[in-house]
Amino acid sequence: MAVLPSNGPAELPTDSGEGVTASRQLWRLVLDVFLQNRLATLGLAMIVFMVLFCFVGPLVYHTDQLHTSLQLSLIRPDASHLLGTDDTGRDMLGRLMLGGRTSLEVGLAAAVIATCFGALWGALAGFSGGVVDSVMMRIVDGLLAIPSLFLLLFLGSLTSSLAALVLVVALISWLAPARLVRGETLSLRGLDYVQAVTVMGGGRWRSILRHIIPNTIGTIVVNVTFQIADAILIVATLSYLGLGVRPPAADWGSMLSNGVTYTADGYWWLVYPPGVAIILTVVAFNFVGDALRDGLSARLHAR
Amino acid sequence: MTGYLIRRVGQAVLVIFMVTVIVFLLVRLLPGGPAEAILGRRATAAEKAAFNRLNGYNRPLLEQYVHYIGQLLRGNLGYSYKLSQSVTSLLGEALPKTILLVGLSTLLAALLAVPLGILQAVRRNRLIDYIFTGAAFIFYAMPSFWLGLVLIELFAINLGWLPSEAPQGSLSQVLAHPEGLVLPVATLALVTIAQFSRYMRSSMLEQLSQDYVRTARARGVPEWRVVMRHTLRNALVPVVTLLGLSLPWVLGGALVVESVFNFPGTGLLFWTAAQNQDYPVMLGLVLVAAVGTVVGSLLADLMYAALDPRVRYT
Repeated sequence: MAVLPSNGPAELPTDSGEGVTASRQLWRLVLDVFLQNRLATLGLAMIVFMVLFCFVGPLVYHTDQLHTSLQLSLIRPDASHLLGTDDTGRDMLGRLMLGGRTSLEVGLAAAVIATCFGALWGALAGFSGGVVDSVMMRIVDGLLAIPSLFLLLFLGSLTSSLAALVLVVALISWLAPARLVRGETLSLRGLDYVQAVTVMGGGRWRSILRHIIPNTIGTIVVNVTFQIADAILIVATLSYLGLGVRPPAADWGSMLSNGVTYTADGYWWLVYPPGVAIILTVVAFNFVGDALRDGLSARLHAR
Repeated sequence: MTGYLIRRVGQAVLVIFMVTVIVFLLVRLLPGGPAEAILGRRATAAEKAAFNRLNGYNRPLLEQYVHYIGQLLRGNLGYSYKLSQSVTSLLGEALPKTILLVGLSTLLAALLAVPLGILQAVRRNRLIDYIFTGAAFIFYAMPSFWLGLVLIELFAINLGWLPSEAPQGSLSQVLAHPEGLVLPVATLALVTIAQFSRYMRSSMLEQLSQDYVRTARARGVPEWRVVMRHTLRNALVPVVTLLGLSLPWVLGGALVVESVFNFPGTGLLFWTAAQNQDYPVMLGLVLVAAVGTVVGSLLADLMYAALDPRVRYT
């Protein structure tokens, strides 16, 4: 029921009020989760390590990633090349940093784009209701029915630039957040303070952007965490299938799929470093996402 | 139940309609349109115009769509100019093998993941739970192509127990060499177990925290009986639904596994088509996979409703 509070308009929720409270609660929740959950802390520490390794590492550990040299190719790990060199003579440790940068950037960009778009789509559908909601959600259902790897290969066969790769991964990843946010919007839509906005003549987008989205931010953050992990895996798989990051650029996936062609030759240092880096990063994001989701559902139960 | 059945089937039909619209539009979104995609970039304008006229691509979109649906209903999924074969016959050759691969590995995964999930839930936060949880996280995070190649390195190259490549040829030829199926099925099953055992564990944990379990324990029902008789059936219901819904994900996994082991199924067909930019094959397969997914989730939902009466009334 949209009944105005008896103590007058001064107590009506202001535009910034709800959003700020919601995000402040979120940060307290996030802090609680990391203080209580050891796995989440471990995951966060692993993510911080990976980010430092990939973005600060090259500043400390200088390598030549531009020139190839057959003389220096496939050197075993030793003092001058801590992880050896690859088949074109590039230092593997330096390449691991460079590739990780691409993996993390592509993962983050795709996850953020997908989640933002999906959240807006879901909020608009849930808030509008009726025919608009049905049509928008049937589009999501239809796209969800298509195995995402099939859609990725189809779209990936059309383009080859890095930006296009990010968009293609985002294009198949926005469906899950759209469904989650729509579900939450349905329950938020009926709350008094959201209805009050409409009563006071606030538009649809004002309600969605200022009130609905800030209150679903928990779901959105959890979703971004899982999406980054999934995007890194997807890009790695695409690299193996020949549609990922193209040389001279590299990501962990393309390094791994390049390395595994030497499986039978025993060049283990081409395979395990990028493979382990992928596993550690994906597991780390999953630890953090799991802990945040559990913390969030605990908060919802406590409500 | 009848009302729910009608509503749910109606929804599935609507989703299949959406899928056909999406797939139909995908061809039209191709750069240069279907003519350039199929004839190649070097085709002359006159050739493209003739191709468009022949296939009706110069007609209004709506008319094209009606024609497309008409063809689909007659079982015509398109024609691969690259392989000079109809998509239907290519699919008829490849699909049974993929069903075999996906069916065997899903069955194996379910048979192992259910007891594993129960074990983890009963022994939660003990060493054994941590070990299997850790393993599940790692197998989930490991790119599946790498997992397949590690298994090849171990069992085919180092130990020499199993062939590294899947058997070729028709379904009966594949079945005649079951040893070639072991590694592909194992790879897909390992990834799937990682996922399913997590579902099973959390579903069991949720049931074990219910009031009826406390009542049963208070009545002095032995713990194994509480687990096996009281909670297991309730915990299985949502997991069965998830099995139905995970079909698109498993099909994606099958595509990777098929390309690693050169397994002659739909995944390999799709991958080859993607490399050759053979759009009719890709779109035909996308459509069939999507319809299979919709039917799969419909069956899962109906089974859920049959097992759990609460669903029907919401």
